[in-house]
Amino acid sequence: MPHASAPPDDPTPFNTDAVREVIRAAASVPGAMLPVLHAVQGHLGHIPSEVVPLVAQALNVSRAEVQGVLDFYHDFRRAPPGRHLVWICRAESCQAMGAEAIETHARNHLGLAYHETTADGALTLEPVYCLGNCACSPAVRVDGEIHGRMDPIRFEKLVEELRAETVTA
Amino acid sequence: MSARVFVPADSGALSVGAEQVARAILAEAEQRREPVTLVRNGSRGLYWLEPMVEVETRAGRIAYGPVRAEDVPDLFAAGFLSGHSHRLGHGLTDHIPYLAGQERLTFARVGLSEPLNLADYCEQGGFVGLRRALEMPPDALIREVTDSGLRGRGGAGFPTGVKWSTVGKAVAATKYVVCNADEGDSGTFSDRMLMEGDPYCLIEGMIIAARAVGAQEGYIYSRSEYPHAFAILASAIQRAREAGYLGPDILGTGQAFDLEVRLGAGAYICGEETSMLESLEGRRGLVRFKPPLPAISGLFGQPTVINNVMSLASVPVILAKGSAFYRDYGVGRSQGTLPFQLAGNIRHGGLVEKAFGLTLNELLYDYGGGSASGRPIRAVQVGGPLGAYLPESRFDVPLDYEAYSRIDAMIGHGGIVAFDDRVDMAKMARYAMEFCAIESCGKCTPCRIGSQRGVEIIDRIVAGRERSKNLILLDSLCDTMVNGSLCALGGMAPYPVRSALQHFPADFGIDTSGIAERERTETVPSRRI
Ligand SMILES: Cc1cc2nc3c(=O)[nH]c(=O)nc-3n(C[C@H](O)[C@H](O)[C@H](O)COP(=O)(O)O)c2cc1C
Ligand code: SF4
Ligand code: FES
Repeated sequence: MPHASAPPDDPTPFNTDAVREVIRAAASVPGAMLPVLHAVQGHLGHIPSEVVPLVAQALNVSRAEVQGVLDFYHDFRRAPPGRHLVWICRAESCQAMGAEAIETHARNHLGLAYHETTADGALTLEPVYCLGNCACSPAVRVDGEIHGRMDPIRFEKLVEELRAETVTA
Repeated sequence: MSARVFVPADSGALSVGAEQVARAILAEAEQRREPVTLVRNGSRGLYWLEPMVEVETRAGRIAYGPVRAEDVPDLFAAGFLSGHSHRLGHGLTDHIPYLAGQERLTFARVGLSEPLNLADYCEQGGFVGLRRALEMPPDALIREVTDSGLRGRGGAGFPTGVKWSTVGKAVAATKYVVCNADEGDSGTFSDRMLMEGDPYCLIEGMIIAARAVGAQEGYIYSRSEYPHAFAILASAIQRAREAGYLGPDILGTGQAFDLEVRLGAGAYICGEETSMLESLEGRRGLVRFKPPLPAISGLFGQPTVINNVMSLASVPVILAKGSAFYRDYGVGRSQGTLPFQLAGNIRHGGLVEKAFGLTLNELLYDYGGGSASGRPIRAVQVGGPLGAYLPESRFDVPLDYEAYSRIDAMIGHGGIVAFDDRVDMAKMARYAMEFCAIESCGKCTPCRIGSQRGVEIIDRIVAGRERSKNLILLDSLCDTMVNGSLCALGGMAPYPVRSALQHFPADFGIDTSGIAERERTETVPSRRI
């Protein structure tokens, strides 16, 4: 099951034939652009510029069209992310329950601003505007899993676990 | 006899440790040699009790929560498998006041059993509405929905039956039913809960819609922020197809309808229906000019019904029990029930399905139990990021579409976000503009540029730089956005801003009530969604 925007467990190095096959497999439905881009990102972890002409060709649209779509949607990444993606919910319900303290903590302790990756490559921090977990605010998402009732201390623990994991890996 | 124990697999319950609890229960049961049948149900919506574990007893289901994995041995020791009392116990689930006071029509089944279990779905009244619909001529079917008074639950409140009728009358070889499952509004989670907890109900509603208008294909456009809902829907569609509810010949009627779930890519604007169509067709989510209405020329240029998850999921019960049954709930032109969602700084956050006409006071205090922090609730945003902020003086206005419209507020998707007295409303107003700037599709200037300017002007006001001049500028900017935007993102982002300014001027450093008075008497042009 493609977990939207979560990096693949084992990002595959770029291989044109393999990418073409991923595109082909997703391209059979009407209006296939988003399914194709999700599939490529699921395969490579991001969407490198070499993919743009391949998608354009497969879907019979211009490169500019593909580029436009990539730029429009927040999910599509142009550069490889860290091994884990961490989203902090910035929307109102989470704000009401202290999301800002988590943001501040991430900034001070990880030294990370949004869209940045830790130096050890363990994680990339992203903002998100509601995870549908507002009754358990504040919420964060790590890859495909959502965590509720977050606070700076639990957040730090969560992040440390992710970073420790990459050290042993 | 093996005890049946329920531990939700809803993503909200999982977010607070339901998986660990489920594992702990299995491990403890094995160690004690006490056989347990674990059921992974949806959530009953009492989120402050999640992970909420239920045990089936002869008297009914008994609830325990919030349960941590560490509590599990103690629960076993207390005899929870037989429903014995424990400090985490709440007695019979159905008697918990939060649940007992609700009027669950759309959410009747959510949380009762395993979401993907088709047999359970049928046993609990599933597909009764569909079977009735398949026996009715499409005209009568549409009339039934019109008569129920159901209005679109996605925000705009447009009568569902009227929309269906337009699509039904359109002549085309292919028609579509598109379910708007983008649920981008912050403070809302009812679509997610239903998709995760009772996916066949949505599928049933979509089949009925397809039957009513003569559509052959359907799409569910689900946001990428909901990975669990996406996975469950994909499985549910496959199982429904295998059982003959979807495909070339639905239940032997000769009617064809098939369904696909599509993933959005993180763009709030793709919840706007025409932007969603662009996205489904494979383009940037730029809002389309209307007309033509999607009902006439929608997906791939064909007549298309676009409805919110809640609208479609309310259709099966309307068909099963009749339009009069549904219409008898509610007040005035707001008929039926709405699953309200209590969020933000609230003690008992969760889902409360009630007939229209109750008040915020009832929701916030009778159900919500006041703020989570124990401090006074100062402001409440109703209806998502484009909804107004309401002060305590508005908490007694009945929640019905028209009454809310009269106070320049909107019920929208029923999300209710509470803030305690530590909230800085100037910050919230700034955030509303910032959000609009981040999520603008960029098609029109008032929204794309205006929201950016709005952030800057609010910064100047808060900093006390030429405050009165900037207040006038902000007011005029809001007018431009309201009147000059193509869709409700730019057109309604001024609502949270103006309401914050009107009701909480002190937070902006304004010490006179001059502005507030002027705003209060001003009429705001009608909204479009
Ligand atoms: C900016 C914007 C965002 C919207 N987001 C959603 C959404 O997330 N879900 C939804 O059902 N409707 C959303 N709508 C409303 C849809 O445009 C449309 O009215 C709705 O899908 C119609 O379904 P209904 O009649 O069943 O409510 C949004 C509208 C706007 C202007
Ligand atoms: S108001 Fe904003 S989101 Fe709506 S069409 Fe204009 S630019 Fe796009
Ligand atoms: S506002 Fe953060 S999960 Fe909804």
